[in-house]
Amino acid sequence: MILRDIVSLIRAEVLSGEELLDSFDIECAYGADLMSDVLAFARPGSLLLTGLTNIQIVRTAQMLDLPSVVFVRGKKPQEAAVKLAAQIKMPILLCQMSMFESCGILFQKGILPCHIPDRGV
Amino acid sequence: MGQEPYVEEYTIQAGDFFAIGEASTKFKSTLKMLGIPSDLVRRVSVIAYEAEMNALIHGGGGVLRMTVNDDHLLIEASDSGPGIPDVQMAMQEGFSTATDEIRELGFGAGMGLPNIQRNADSMVIDTEVGKGTKLKATVAYKQS
Repeated sequence: MILRDIVSLIRAEVLSGEELLDSFDIECAYGADLMSDVLAFARPGSLLLTGLTNIQIVRTAQMLDLPSVVFVRGKKPQEAAVKLAAQIKMPILLCQMSMFESCGILFQKGILPCHIPDRGV
Repeated sequence: MGQEPYVEEYTIQAGDFFAIGEASTKFKSTLKMLGIPSDLVRRVSVIAYEAEMNALIHGGGGVLRMTVNDDHLLIEASDSGPGIPDVQMAMQEGFSTATDEIRELGFGAGMGLPNIQRNADSMVIDTEVGKGTKLKATVAYKQS
């Protein structure tokens, strides 16, 4: 699913990277407020959903080649995080929904979890 | 790659949470530039980032070094912090001595060392209480 469709599904505001929304095809997502877990379990190419706002969220995504971050619960990333995201061309999305609701909608529409043990993924 | 290993090294400043990841990001750029396969670059990035974070959170700052050898990549992190009293305990997922401040930022969940081990082909921790910790992790480089 292209990122632009995800924006529409979770009624997100595009804070930056509007011009890149058609460049990323997202298959799976990882939702967490614990970056240690993201580093351990998120798959490259996944969409990251989080309620934390500091610069390390963008760095964590950068390390793992996660193309974009959705800040849920109406949270706004700190200025340093926004600057870094713009520098590395990482679209930043703002969503008013809770983590549960935003992830639920994406899952319902076919976005997969990063790990599916039953399928050996 | 040439015969001499390529070495890149950065100082991790104590308490500078804001800057954490800058050294790892530079490593990542270097490896990409050298044409190292992206899955290896990612593994090294995670190792370096976790090691950088550990050196800041627990070691009071230190040095992060990457050596690009012909057959493997070596990441070394050293600090002069309090050392790890029980390495086996520190290797357990979820065990952490990080402060609440660090946890509120999304780190310090006791996943750092296990995560380094998960991404490395080998990992060695040399630590002494009261003197500091040296971590060495390697990722084997295979020609694609």
